[in-house]
Amino acid sequence: MIFTSLFETAWHALATHRMRSFLTMLGMVIGVAAVILMLAIGQGAQAMVRSAIESMGSNLFIIMSGATTTGGARVATGNAPSLTFDDADAIRDLKDLVAAAPVSPGSAQLIYGGVNWSTSVFGTTPDYAVVRDWPMAAGGFFSDADVRSGARVAVIGQVVARELFGDEDPIGKIIRIRQAPFEVIGVLAAKGQSLDGRDQDDAVMVPISSAQQKIFSSSLRNRARFIMAQAVSEKSMDAAEAAINDLLRSRHRIGVGQEDDFTVRNLTAIAETAASTTRIMSLLLGAIAAISLVVGGIGIMNIMLVSVTERTREIGIRMAIGARRRDVLWQFLIEALTLSLIGCGIGLLLGIGGAWLVASLAGLPVAVTPSSVLMAVGVSFLIGVFFGFYPARRAAGLDPIEALRSQ
Amino acid sequence: MATPGKPLIEVVNLEKDYPTGGGVFQALRGVSLSIAAGEFVAIMGASGSGKSTFMNLLGCLDRPTRGSYHLDGRDVSRLSSDQLAALRNREIGFVFQGFNLLPKLTALDNVALPLMYAGMGREARRRQAQATLDRVGLGERSHHTPLQLSGGQQQRVAIARALASRPRIIFADEPTGNLDSETSRQVMGFFSQLNREEGITLVLVTHEADIAAYARRRIRFQDGRVVEDVAQAEATA
Repeated sequence: MIFTSLFETAWHALATHRMRSFLTMLGMVIGVAAVILMLAIGQGAQAMVRSAIESMGSNLFIIMSGATTTGGARVATGNAPSLTFDDADAIRDLKDLVAAAPVSPGSAQLIYGGVNWSTSVFGTTPDYAVVRDWPMAAGGFFSDADVRSGARVAVIGQVVARELFGDEDPIGKIIRIRQAPFEVIGVLAAKGQSLDGRDQDDAVMVPISSAQQKIFSSSLRNRARFIMAQAVSEKSMDAAEAAINDLLRSRHRIGVGQEDDFTVRNLTAIAETAASTTRIMSLLLGAIAAISLVVGGIGIMNIMLVSVTERTREIGIRMAIGARRRDVLWQFLIEALTLSLIGCGIGLLLGIGGAWLVASLAGLPVAVTPSSVLMAVGVSFLIGVFFGFYPARRAAGLDPIEALRSQ
Repeated sequence: MATPGKPLIEVVNLEKDYPTGGGVFQALRGVSLSIAAGEFVAIMGASGSGKSTFMNLLGCLDRPTRGSYHLDGRDVSRLSSDQLAALRNREIGFVFQGFNLLPKLTALDNVALPLMYAGMGREARRRQAQATLDRVGLGERSHHTPLQLSGGQQQRVAIARALASRPRIIFADEPTGNLDSETSRQVMGFFSQLNREEGITLVLVTHEADIAAYARRRIRFQDGRVVEDVAQAEATA
């Protein structure tokens, strides 16, 4: 039998029971829309985490001044930072490490002309651009010589550049950071959000020496709140961590049994944890939505069974005039499939529309990927076949004489 | 056309049992007869006489419990359900008392339905269905649904559906049961004409003597057996 005829027959049957067809489809519509939306939210979150991780730099350690409790929560230390610039240099010289940048963070108000902007200020060294894998959009990063001489030069992030300069070229301009004049020598490329949700482009980098002398007026020269260090490769991360621990314990003369006055954290491992957490979350969302899809499929089976019972006489007539059992089977199977696929189509539109709404109203990152669309279509098809088969087989198995006799 | 010398329908010792609560109901208890191509046969009998069972067997809707049924030389009792469906589709047309049209389809689509199961393309079957509707005088009504047609018109659509795939035999089960006498006369006249002019073999099940009178042979059933099988002169309509 010709398949176009079957589709015509199915379409006709569905079109003559519009309301019922629509209600039957509704389960699929909601199921597919839920799957698409949940996957979009989950994948959006994953994409956000992934880009945050990529922007972080690879094979990264952060070595913080101060100890940790055993639970892992950092103890707020009011004391002076224990890490020194020399510690950073010594870490960089370890064989498993490529770069180490001491960082002295703070915040300050920037002024350029009549415009001001409060932002994060990082006093650091040129290694910072290396470990963070942070390219320049314009100009250059400051040099080791700038750090040694305490030069008043600054490298600004994209947000700072936009807020202070607008369309103006910032290179060579003098900005005031807490009243101290600094020359802008470079603009960093955009990095976007970090894992903890901060905008990494809203920052200014200055030589650590200049930061401590001119901006923070710190009495603690040569001390860093933390050091960021990069290992040679992912494989050398463990060796690097051990080496840093050994090095710092000996440099800080920490005896056996004494508590460290620093904390080494493997940022890459933390990032992976974050990534797997979001992955699990999005799987969970998808699984919950998939349940509603199955419920939609059961709805289709339910109505198809009712339909077969109601149309017993029609089936008998069709058989009497020459429909084979498989013709009847296909007729009902295609009806179920048509229902589930049309439901899927509407659900797709709703889901994509919903994802768009979530993105624009709630500001959540969403990503409707082709694979999730394909999956929804594929699953709807399977549901149509799976839940359509039983009613269709029941229709095909009817005895023509009995069927003709029914009212 | 039938193989010369061989009857179109030949049944020997046909028996049909139905299981009932307490045992077995013997609807047919050994029926042997043959019908040649081009005959017009009326099958009569009270309800429960076995005439409907016999008709279902002849119409390839059912298989006998015992005995043999040869349709145009083929042993029908050995065919698969798909082969029976194909036989019903191509060789047999049914006309029922309740018309049995699909209410949601137009007259044209109803008539085209058997052609769809024969695998005919959409345009071809619509053409052929339209031509068949023209033959029964309903060419103008092809886009009406059954509910928009009178009983007589519905039965003519049903006849057109039976004729659409150009079958050799038409089985009509109480075809005038739901019609008034005037319409009944028209329908029976049309059947007679089909038989006379096109040589279509007609098997008519009825319990009304005046309807049976249109046929040229009368077979009467009682308690699952043939009790009368006589030739009769064609009634003048």
